[in-house]
Order: sequence, then structure tokens, then C-alpha cells
Amino acid sequence: MSNQATGSPYAPHTPDETEAMLAAVGVDDVEDLFDIPDSVRFDGEFGIPARSERVADRAVARRLDRNDDLASFLGRGHYEHYVPSVVDHLADRQEFLTSYTQYQPEIAQGFLQALFEYQSILVELTGLPVANCSMYDAATALGEAATLADRVRDVSGSRVLVPALLRDEKRTVLENYTAGTDLTVESYPMAAANVDHDALADAVGEDVAMVYAESPTVRGTIEELLGDVGDLAADHDALFCLGTDPVAMALLEEPANVGADVVVGDAATLGLGSAYGMGLGLFATHEDYLRQVPGRLVGASEDATGRRAFTLTLQTREQHIRRERATSNICTNQAWVALRTAIHAALLGAEGLHDLAVDCVERTRTVADRLDAVSGVQAPVDDRHHFREFVARTDQPAEAIAADLRERGIAVHAPDEHEIQVCVTETNAHAVDRLVEAVREVA
Amino acid sequence: MEHDQARWTENDDRYEPLLVEKDRTAVDVEDGAAGLPDELTRDRLELPQLSEPEVARHFTRLSQMNYGVESGPFPLGSCTMKYNPSFTEDLAARPSAAVHPDRDDASVQGTLAVMHGLADYLGRIGGMDAVSLQPPAGAAGEFAGVLIARAYHEHHGDERTEIVVPDSAHGTNFASAAMAGFDVVEVPSADDGRLDLDALDAAVGAETAALMLTNPNTLGLFEREIEAAAEIVHDAGGLLYYDGANLNALLGRARPGDMGFDVMHYNVHKTFATPHGGGGPGAGPVGVSEDLAPFLPAPRVRKTDEGDYEHFEPDHSIGKVHGFQGNWLVLVKAFAYIARLGDAGLADASAKAVLNANYLASQIDYEVPFGPFHHEFVASAGDQDAADVAKRMLDYGVHPPTTKWPEIVDEALMTEPTEVENRRSLDRLADAFDAVAGEDDETLARAPERTSARRIDQVSAARDPRLSWRALEE
Repeated sequence: MSNQATGSPYAPHTPDETEAMLAAVGVDDVEDLFDIPDSVRFDGEFGIPARSERVADRAVARRLDRNDDLASFLGRGHYEHYVPSVVDHLADRQEFLTSYTQYQPEIAQGFLQALFEYQSILVELTGLPVANCSMYDAATALGEAATLADRVRDVSGSRVLVPALLRDEKRTVLENYTAGTDLTVESYPMAAANVDHDALADAVGEDVAMVYAESPTVRGTIEELLGDVGDLAADHDALFCLGTDPVAMALLEEPANVGADVVVGDAATLGLGSAYGMGLGLFATHEDYLRQVPGRLVGASEDATGRRAFTLTLQTREQHIRRERATSNICTNQAWVALRTAIHAALLGAEGLHDLAVDCVERTRTVADRLDAVSGVQAPVDDRHHFREFVARTDQPAEAIAADLRERGIAVHAPDEHEIQVCVTETNAHAVDRLVEAVREVA
Repeated sequence: MEHDQARWTENDDRYEPLLVEKDRTAVDVEDGAAGLPDELTRDRLELPQLSEPEVARHFTRLSQMNYGVESGPFPLGSCTMKYNPSFTEDLAARPSAAVHPDRDDASVQGTLAVMHGLADYLGRIGGMDAVSLQPPAGAAGEFAGVLIARAYHEHHGDERTEIVVPDSAHGTNFASAAMAGFDVVEVPSADDGRLDLDALDAAVGAETAALMLTNPNTLGLFEREIEAAAEIVHDAGGLLYYDGANLNALLGRARPGDMGFDVMHYNVHKTFATPHGGGGPGAGPVGVSEDLAPFLPAPRVRKTDEGDYEHFEPDHSIGKVHGFQGNWLVLVKAFAYIARLGDAGLADASAKAVLNANYLASQIDYEVPFGPFHHEFVASAGDQDAADVAKRMLDYGVHPPTTKWPEIVDEALMTEPTEVENRRSLDRLADAFDAVAGEDDETLARAPERTSARRIDQVSAARDPRLSWRALEE
């Protein structure tokens, strides 16, 4: 800490040592090492004061703590499940946390095996044989799925069909990811928060490269016609991309069984919790498309002792080798979040994951029933089965209700003029009574 | 210095077993489970069912078979593997940081204050007028930057089709440009390893949307003629893109904005010490000059006259490159790191990073062409195979350099020690280089011998891809 006032606390050089090193290099002053023309030399200051760890910690903590402590019933694509403490402690081990991409697999077996376990868990959940070891988030994974469809499809076709019920944010990411292709993104209509099958059948044709559907949808409804969507896509040689998450997959029909060619979504639903939208893009697909998959893949091999060992594989797909012909530009990914997801899934096991998923249906039904009993509220709006969240109709304007709830320390969505949306998991179960009571007061 | 990595071995066939080799439990999903119709539910789910102590032991053993920055030197070129201060982890783990992205602005003033503060810091450090924190990695920052260039030209009725990239650039530059729909025009380097202005002049024209440049470049060399390069590109109506991968070389000495760059990305997991997490998450904020600010990803954060923070949509935003606001928890750590170091610490970080690279380059037996260096240098393994050199270095308790790239140097050993090594540590690193330099091919081919696993067969991994538990059982 002696160099606090003059330098980086994480650069350990003593003044004598610095002098000796400069002498060894043959310069008098460290500034002489910077081969920068005077005309572009920066001689100003950033105006950022150096702080001790204590002061810096306090400064940032005080800012963060300006966030209100609300009982959150928010979902719509970013979900919170309870993450056991041991996930933090294991994932924070420096050997995991401070390592990087496993370019030297012999010294990185631990992380490689953890990523292999992550890929394997997704294979079990999706029923598809290939899962990569991460994309950034659900939206970018969807974008990558569309460009994969563009690469692998036998016949030409440029339309990507997405549900009208899709977060705008996700759609604009998709549109950006398809910017370098001939793909165009179009919406197909929904009926009571499920795919409008007839409308989709009208929309789909030989010029469609990919059909995308979600289950659960952004309104929490479980999609009932996934098999039919899969058939429609297959009939037209289009890829069927399904958006879901690992908790939902533990209970809902296996994606491979409804004909999904690609599965995307936010895998950080397990392992991370609320992180202001930070996620983990899951990406799983068929063996046929293996060499067109974006992102990193961990495979099993053998080492010189004949023992099984793990390594990054099929790297000729990637940007550092294939450059502008790579399957994606992704390099740094979300590996550490995938580690967390694998640990969380391992802690839950088959039984725990199944039970958690069952809770997501039953809890939602119970809370919807309780809100439905409140005068001025009808829940759920959509006559469907729900997972983790649902939409309620309100006689009063929803924005006003949401604002009143916020005054009472509760956050809900207001997706439409007379609709509020409520997401319930074990993390806010303790606040459900408060929610119901508050809605009774303000609705 | 020597090193034996921990190794958990179950038998002659395998090291630490897989979770699925410890247990496999199938749960049959009952008809009518959770009150759902049978056709909506799966039939069964099969996964390991282990106790918490078993899971803890499994992942602890795996961690012991992994090498991080706190294990020892990690001079992986172009990756800036510096020490990651632990207090930043504690900040990111605060309950107040765990908020939902759809909360209204008024209830997340803390988050918005941190985002506004970090964007402000980054703007000052890079000499940029406006910054978006949304891109979740460096390559995502490049992609956003290239989309911004495209949108800017289109806004001015100018549809340009080409991005110019030097041959020494990171692979992501080429891939990001292609993803945004551009043709990539590659320019060869000059004999001194730097940009060839004549070649650049020949490559740039009316179709040039932007030049993507890393400075210092991947050889660790500062592009001294950056102003002339900027003039060539700007005169042709193109923009200058700065790849921030090597920004750790310049803190407090030079700023991309002052060199004529119009748009840049920052790799906060490199320059600002957020942990690399075994491959990510990182964050790749994108900074721009005033003219390009209206095109930044949406939303951005601003301070109101009342001193509150709020989101707003830039006028001609390219839209989004992440479903929400990017890798928020990484941004918290980067903000805390910059707040800790301040001007003096950041400037010293670059000084020591550059001193370390030059010192180490002067101490090793391998030939180190080009120079003078900034944060990294590229040595040549000469007659040895650089990949074998790297494997052998593992036995000496250090992480090896990036190998065989950039291709400008034969059998490249791209080495970036960062500022966190002291002289003693660098001397040991030099000893490792020199010991390996003196060894015969047979010894190198046998390496590594002291890591958890011995040399791994890459060819059969790719020829017969086995990517899951299921594939291993087949």
C-alpha cells in the first residue's frame, strides 16, 4: 500500500526495482518507453481521484444502495430464482473466476469439465445433441440462431417469422444480428397469448428460413401448439427455433419432441438471479449443424496417459481462425455464468429441478386465483396454463396501479393500459400476501 | 521455478469423474403434474442427484485443476490478464445491485448512477464524447461500433460497403465487420510491423465505411503515423474505429479520441481488471465522438437538471446489441476499479505494464523482432514449435503466451505480462522462457508433464466430437 499516492496498488514494483528495470531496458525514465508522437500525447488529466480500497468501496456501495429495496414481481424474460450460497462460493474460487478461455487445456481441465457438464445438462433438458458453452444472452442467441438458419438451409429464403408477442428489445437485437444477411424479420399473430396457428400457417412458405416461438411466452403462457409449429416449419424446410429456459424445460415437453431445430433462451435463470438483465444465452441444436454452430464447444478427448480429458474443439468455426468467414464474431462469452448454472443445476438435481418447475406453475395459479378474487381485477387474462408469471386485467388504469404499488414497495409490470403482469417465484413468495393486500387497496 | 498442478485421478481411464458418473437419477413426470395436460409435459428428466457436500467437493476439485491469475503469471498476449481486486466482487454481490431491468428509473437510481459514472469515466479515459455500456464483450462492442458507422453513413445518404482492417488485427475485427454486412479489405503491414500508409491509401476509397485499428497494434507497436492514417481515411469520408483491446498500454499517455478515432470499444475485462471468468463475461462499452452519439445503442443514461438519472433513446439509435443493458455486474466491477485507481493509478498501471513488457523482452533468449514495445511483445520461437514451447512452459509454473499469432512473426510467442508482475516474478518468467529455449524437441513434445492432464489429443477431439455425457455413453 506504500505506493497508494503515486501509483496502482496492484503494480508491486518498489522504486529501486523500477530503477533497476529501467536500467536493464536502457532508458532513464519510464516515459521514454512510450513511443508516442508529441502531437497525440495526452498531457491533461482525467480528473478521477485515487481512493483507498475502503473509500472506493464505500463510494460505490453508497451509489448502489440508492436503489430502492422493493418486493419485485417482475419477469418478462429476466427471472429470479433463489441461488444457494455455495454457488457463489464455488464459482468465486479464483482458479475459476480469474482464468480465461482454455487455450491451454492441460492446465484448464477444471473449467473445461465444468463447461462440458453445462453442455451435457442442456443436452438432457433440450433433447438436442449439441449445446455450446454460451452466448451472451437470450436475445443474441436468437440472433445467432437466425444467421445459422441462413447458413444451413438447403433452399433460399429470407423471412424469419417471430411471434407478435416478443419483447421489442429482443426483436431489435435480432434485426441487428441479421443486418449482414438477406434475412428480414416479420411478426405472426398470436391468439390468447399462444401461436395463432392458422395465421402462422398462412404466413409460412418456402421463402421462410426460420420460425421462432417461445414457451413460456413473455406473458407467462405455456405454448400449447409447439408440435404444430414444428411441423409447419419442417413442411417448408424452415428451421424451428424455440425460446425457453432450463427451469421450464425441466417440466415442459422436451424441445426435441416438438421438432425444435434450435433452442435458445436465458440459461442464467439458474445460477445468477436478478442482474439487471445480464444473462447467459443458451444455444442447442442438431448434430447436422454442428460445424455451423456459433461460439465455443468443449469436447472429450484423451491425454498422453490415455485418460479422458477435455478441450475446446472444432475451433475452425471461430473468428480467431476463420476471421470474416467465422460462424460468429463471439470471443469472450459468458463462461463463468455457465459454470454457475451448472453448479446450481447440480445442486438441484433431477428432483429439485422438477419440483422447482412444478412450483412455477402451481404458485402462479394460486396467486392468479387470489388476485382474481380482488374486486376490479380479473386474473389471468389469458385462458392458458402459466409458468412463473401471468397477466391480470384491471378496471383502473394499470400505470396508476403500478405506481401506487410502487409507493407500497412493490414492483409489477404494466404491459398494457388495463393490464398488470406479475411474476412469482420462491424469491418473492414471502411478499405475496403484501401484494394481494396492496392490490386490494389500490385496484 | 517448477509447478505441479493438483490432479484428481479416479483410475487409468479418467481424472475427476463427471457428475453423471457419480449419480444418475431419473424422475418420471407424472400425468397431470402441476395440473398440466399430459401433452404439455415431458415424460422424464434424468440428471445427477447429489448432496451439497458432494457438489461442493466436485467443483472444488475441478477448480484445483484450473489455473488463474492468482495461481501465477499469466502473460497471455492480447488478453491483459491482470490481477482482479476482490473488493469489486463484494460490490457486485451486494443485494442492492441485484435489480430487475424493467424497474422504473426512479427506483434504480443507484444502478443508473453507476452506469452514468462509468460512462463518464470511460469517456474521459478514451477522449470520447459519449459512451454506451451495452455491448457485453469486446466483439459485441466492435459489432455495435461497425453498425454505428453504417447507420452514420446511411443517415448521410452514403451507402458504403467496405471496412478496412490491417492483417495484424484481431480476428474479431474481420468477423464483426462481416456480421454487419461489410466486405473486409485487408491491408498488409509494412516491414516495421506497423501500418503501411501506401497500402492503406490504396485500400481506402469511396466505399470505405471505416478503418478498424488497434493501437498499439498486436505486435505491441504504437502506430506513429496515426494522424496521417486518420487523414487518409477521413479525406475519403470514412470513419476511424479503435479496437480497445490494447488500451492498457496508453492510460494517461494518449487517448483514441485525440488521435482522430471516431468510435471505439473498451475491453473492461482487460484494461479495467474485471475477472475473465474462464472466458467471460466481459463488457465492451462503445465510445463515440459527438457526431456519432445519436447512433449509439438504446437506451442511454443521462442526468436530469434535478440531479436524478434517467434513460433516454438516442435520436438515430442503431437499436440494441443485447436484450437488456449488457453485463451489468461486470460494469459495477469496472467502475469500482477505476474509482480505486484514479488518474495516478491508471497512469501507473500503463507505465508498469509497458516497463514490464520491455524488461521481459530484454531478458529472454528468444529473438524479439520489432520494437519499441508498449504493453506486449511478440517473440519468435525460431526453430522450435511455438505451441510446444507453450506446453513446456506450463511445467515451469507459468501460463504461456498466446502462440502462433500474429503470423507476421514466425512461431510467435505473444507476451503481455501486465503491470501486476514485479521484477522477481518477471525474472522467473524469463527463466521459464530460457529453460524451454534450451531444450530439445523431444522434451518439448513430451510436455506438459506436471499439469493436471498431459498433452491432449486435439485431432481426435475434432474428428470424433463428443460434446456431452450422452455422447460419451454412445
